[in-house]
Amino acid sequence: MRNEAEKAGQPVLSLQRIHKTFGGLVAVEDVGLDLYAGEIVALVGDNGAGKSTLLKIISGVHKPTSGKIYLDGKEIGLQDAATARLQGIEVVYQDLALADQQPVYMNMFLGRELLRSPLGLLDRRKMNEETRLLVEELDLRIPSTKSKVRDLSGGQRQGIAIARATRWARKLVLLDEPTAALGVAETKRVESIIKSLKERALAILLISHSLDQVFRLSDRICVLRRGAQIGIRDTRETDKNEIVSMITGLG
Amino acid sequence: MNAIGKFLRTFDMQGSIVFLGFVAIFLFFAIVLYDDGFLTTRNLSNIVLQTAPTTVMAVGLVFVLSAGEIDLSFGSITAVSAIVAAFALREHSAVAGACAGIGAGLAIGAINGTLVAYLKLPSFLVTLATLGLFAGVARSITNLQSIPVLNDFFVGFFGSGAISGIPSLVIWTVVAVAVGHLVFRETRFGAHVVATGDDAQASLVSGIRVKRIRFLVLTICGGCAGLAGLLYAGRLQAAKYTLGESDLMTVIAAVIVGGTALFGGRGSVVGACVGSLLMGMLNNGLILMGLPVSDQMIVRGLIILVAVAISLRQTER
Ligand SMILES: Nc1ncnc2c1ncn2[C@@H]1O[C@H](COP(=O)(O)OP(=O)(O)O)[C@@H](O)[C@H]1O
Ligand SMILES: [Mg+2]
Repeated sequence: MRNEAEKAGQPVLSLQRIHKTFGGLVAVEDVGLDLYAGEIVALVGDNGAGKSTLLKIISGVHKPTSGKIYLDGKEIGLQDAATARLQGIEVVYQDLALADQQPVYMNMFLGRELLRSPLGLLDRRKMNEETRLLVEELDLRIPSTKSKVRDLSGGQRQGIAIARATRWARKLVLLDEPTAALGVAETKRVESIIKSLKERALAILLISHSLDQVFRLSDRICVLRRGAQIGIRDTRETDKNEIVSMITGLG
Repeated sequence: MNAIGKFLRTFDMQGSIVFLGFVAIFLFFAIVLYDDGFLTTRNLSNIVLQTAPTTVMAVGLVFVLSAGEIDLSFGSITAVSAIVAAFALREHSAVAGACAGIGAGLAIGAINGTLVAYLKLPSFLVTLATLGLFAGVARSITNLQSIPVLNDFFVGFFGSGAISGIPSLVIWTVVAVAVGHLVFRETRFGAHVVATGDDAQASLVSGIRVKRIRFLVLTICGGCAGLAGLLYAGRLQAAKYTLGESDLMTVIAAVIVGGTALFGGRGSVVGACVGSLLMGMLNNGLILMGLPVSDQMIVRGLIILVAVAISLRQTER
């Protein structure tokens, strides 16, 4: 997979020597990573290893202390989340970025509401209709696209967050523990949605605590430990034991 | 009570408790105060005219509360705006006076907004401080005197006038509520206001310019308070530091009773308008009942307490 992708051209995303400190604390240290279209790279590591921080750097929430980010070979300075989204980068955050008291369809278009001419007023009907179609396509099983998000289950909410990323992503989808709060059946469904993203030729970075899931979904695995990059392995050429010892630093 | 609340929630009629309350209190006064003239056209239209300034203030406050902020200073802004307009009208035209008044309101609102949005100070403390500060300004620039407003056009346009029989105060109320409702409910800005109040972090990562929203809602609230100041000045043909002073509780109660969430994420401009009329009706009814002022205050406070409790119970979870 990786070799084919490499032959196919340049990486969608290239991180070079990314460094991030919070005050005195080094959260991410000298990380380099290339992501190609149509592949899933898993980012693993213990709690506090810097996974979420790295993801927030790519999505423009945090500025790296130093290092460079290239998108399609062009260096980008991500000032904020809005700029990252304009570049086709979508994120499903660990702490869900949904507005709880708003209906599902408004969350789907949060910050990017559809307007109707000539007055530029909100086109609620169209947003609702598009959301309905997407919800059907991804088989999300929510009571209504007009339900408030706070009235939905964890799995349904996660489904909405991923559906939103699917709707908007053009290049890159970042997922931070997308199934952490879900039951077995819901996890299965979310995993199949993630696989379908791959078929859309998006590059996907997946943070997960479940090594089973990582081995089911990913093409490559990148291991972080206390902010430092321990190594990258092809999923087919490694096993759980190796990854576990890379994560813990033991063995 | 619980059953009714549940019924309303099921049908997503969160604002409607205010309509029910409105009808209930109206019927109560209509029956009890029938002989005291509550139902006369004159009295009813008086209620509407008297609530015009508070309704306009309430429209601004809906934006602020929905965005998860608070403005305690709008009463002082009303006074300063009315006074600035009255001073300007001594030498200049009605248009200049109106612009000066609204401009003062917007400017003070923008000061609140800057301190809250860009210096990240809590809006409760900022507006508590500006409430006192501009109450002081209103006193010091007038030497505690009332400033007469003698410009006939201004007085007609903002106060006692009428266009084809419709009092200008009513027109201003309708315009403020209609524009407020449209902006709040049908524009991207309105959607971003409620989203910001609902979950600022989620809004931020969704590309909403949260700081700008916070700045703008407080500025809008200042502008509305400024317009309310013009309405007071027009109706009373004078501006004094006491204008708007006693409206704080009334306006906040009107907005909450009208279905706006105290901690952001949801609001209703039309509900706030009905809430404001309800408060006006309450005032009027208690006066007609002949209660001494002290008792009026106590009864009004108790009723507001009950009304707000019911609204919050019904809409928060
Ligand atoms: N906004 C922040 N301010 C200060 N420290 C932070 C912040 N975000 C994360 N950290 C710290 O950076 C380190 C990495 O955190 P994080 O990226 O959340 O780890 P992970 O997602 O791998 O569990 C932790 O020590 C955490 O406490
Ligand atoms: Mg994390």
